[in-house]
Amino acid sequence: MAEGLIAGPLAALRADRGGRAFLCLLLATAVVVPLLNGIPAAESALHLSNYTMNLIGKYMTYAMLAIAVDLIWGYCGILSLGHGAFFALGGYAMGMYLMRQIGTRGVYGDPVLPDFMIFLNWTQLPWFWHGFQSFAYALLMMLLVPGLLALVFGFLAFRSRVSGVYFSIITQALTYALMLAFFRNDMGFGGNNGFTDFKDILGFSLQAPATRAALFVATALSLGGSYLLCRTVVASRAGRVIEAIRDAESRARFLGYRVESYKLWVFVLSAIIAGLAGALYVPQVGIINPGEFSPTNSIEIVIWVAIGGRGTLYGAVVGAFLVNFAKTWFTGALPEFWLYALGSLFIGVTLFLPYGVVGLVARRGRARARGSAA
Amino acid sequence: MSEPAGARSPMLSLDDVTVSFDGFRALNGLTLRVEVGELRCIIGPNGAGKTTMMDVITGKTRPDRGSARFAESTNLLELTEPEIAQAGIGRKFQKPTVFENQSVFANLELAMSGAKTVWQWLRVRTTSSQVERIDAVLATIGLTDLRAQRAGALSHGQKQWLEIGMLLIQDPQLLLVDEPVAGMTPQEIERTAELLRSLAGKHSLIVVEHDMEFVRSIASTVTVLHEGSVLAEGDMHAIQADARVKQVYLGE
Repeated sequence: MAEGLIAGPLAALRADRGGRAFLCLLLATAVVVPLLNGIPAAESALHLSNYTMNLIGKYMTYAMLAIAVDLIWGYCGILSLGHGAFFALGGYAMGMYLMRQIGTRGVYGDPVLPDFMIFLNWTQLPWFWHGFQSFAYALLMMLLVPGLLALVFGFLAFRSRVSGVYFSIITQALTYALMLAFFRNDMGFGGNNGFTDFKDILGFSLQAPATRAALFVATALSLGGSYLLCRTVVASRAGRVIEAIRDAESRARFLGYRVESYKLWVFVLSAIIAGLAGALYVPQVGIINPGEFSPTNSIEIVIWVAIGGRGTLYGAVVGAFLVNFAKTWFTGALPEFWLYALGSLFIGVTLFLPYGVVGLVARRGRARARGSAA
Repeated sequence: MSEPAGARSPMLSLDDVTVSFDGFRALNGLTLRVEVGELRCIIGPNGAGKTTMMDVITGKTRPDRGSARFAESTNLLELTEPEIAQAGIGRKFQKPTVFENQSVFANLELAMSGAKTVWQWLRVRTTSSQVERIDAVLATIGLTDLRAQRAGALSHGQKQWLEIGMLLIQDPQLLLVDEPVAGMTPQEIERTAELLRSLAGKHSLIVVEHDMEFVRSIASTVTVLHEGSVLAEGDMHAIQADARVKQVYLGE
C-alpha cells in the first residue's frame, strides 16, 4: 500500500515535464524565500521583505485553488463558478480556530467568547463554535465542511443531470447565497467584519518571523502535495474515465460508467483542496470576511486557469501567479484600470491562446524542435 | 458441442415483429433468422425498416407484436438497452463517436467490460492479460501502429475501425453495424470489408449498408427489406436476379 502511495505519483510525474519543472521551482522557492527573508540584514540587497514573502505565500494558496478548479474544469468539463465558496469555508474554519486562540487578549478580555459576540451581547458560545479551540478538530473541519457541502450539492446537481451553463449558474448562486448568509451578524461568523486580529497559531505568534516562514513552507508543501495528488488522479485509469466524460459524456455512460459518481468524486476532492487553500490563506493575510464568497472571486479563479492553460494543472499555477502579480501591480499603479486589464487579458487569451500561456510555450518548444530537425 | 450443426439454435430470431408509428407500419410482420457466426447484410430502400429493426433488437423500440429472441434462451423484449448490451449485442452507430482526446489504446481500455466504479479504476491497474486483449483487438482492426495516436487525429475510416474495436473488446456475440463504409475512401472500404469478413465466424454480424459493391464483397446471405418485411433473401446473385427486388429496389 505504502509502496503504491509513492509509486503512483512518481509514475504520474514521469510523463509530466511541466509538473517536474514546477515542483523543482516550488522546492527552491520553499527553501530560498524564507532564507532570504530571515538571514540577510534588512538593508542588504539580498533581503526579501516580509511583504514579498507574504505575497508569494498568498499567491501559492491561490495556485492551489486554481489547481482545484483545473481538476474539475480542465479534466472533467465541470465549470464551477462557485469554488470561492469552498475556499472561503476552509478559511472560516481556520479563522474560527484563530479566534479561539486569542483568548483573553481580545479587547473585551473574555476567555471564551470572541469580541464580536460580546459586542452582540451574546452570553455563550454557539454550538458550532465548540471544538474549534483544538487545532486537530479545526483542521478536520477545514477539509470536512467544504467536502460535505460539495458532496451534498454535487449529489443533487449531478443526479438531476444539471450540467453545462446551468451548473455554472447554480454554483454562482451557491456562493452568493453563502455570502449573504455570512454577512448576517446572527449567523455567528462576525457579520461583515468577519474575523481578524489573530494572535497565535499552535501557540506561536503570527507576527514572529519564524512562524511566518513556517507558514510559507507549509503552504509550499501543501501546494506541491495538491499538485501531486491531482496529477496522480488524472494519470490514473480513473483519470482517463474523467476525461472521457468531459469529451463524450453519453458515450461514457453507454459504456457502463456511472458518470454521476465520477463527477461527484472529483468535485468533492476539488472542494477539499480549495478548502485547504483557504485555510492556509487566512493566517497569512490575517483576515477573513464574507467578501471572500463574492461571485466575482469565483469567476476570477476560472480566468486564472484559462489564462494559464486549462487541463494541464501546472498551467493553473502559472495563471494564478501571473494574474495575481498583474493585479497587485495594477491595483498599486493604475487601480482604475485593473478590471479592464483583466477583461482584455481574458478576451485575448480566449481568442488567441486557446491553450493559455503554457500552451504558447509548448507550441514554441515544438516549433523549435521542428526547426532544429530541419 | 454434441448437437449436430443443423440443430443449432440461431443467434437471433425475429418472429412476426410489427412496429407502428402513428399508423405507419415501420415493421410489418418481419421474420428473420441469423445463424451463429453468420455475416448477414440487410439492404432495402429508405423507409424499409432497417433502422427500426436495429432499434427493436437493441431494445430502443418496443414492437407492438411479435417476438425477438437472442441465442434462443433470451427474450430481448424483456430486457432494457444496457441489459441487452450486457447480454452480448453490440451496436455500431453510423456516426463514429470515439474519445477524441485520448489515445487509441486508452479508447479500447475504456471500452473494456469489467470494473467500472471509481474506486476500482483508481486502484486497479490494467493487467497484462487485458493489455494482450487490447493488442489482439488492435491487430484485428489494423491500428496496432497507431496505438499511441490521439483518436481525434485518426481519419474517418480509422475512427470507424476503432469504434468497431471498442465493440469487439466487449466480446459481443452479435454485432449490429449501421452503414460502416459511408464516407470512406475505396481503400478504406476494402479494408473494412476484410475486417468484417474476418469477424464472421467468431461473431455473428448484421450489416446494414447501401453500397452494393460493398455488400457484394462481404456477404454470403443478403436480406432485402421492403415496407417493413422481408422481400427476398439469398446470395447476392439470386437477389440481383430477383424480379421483385429489381422492381422495388434497383428501380428497374
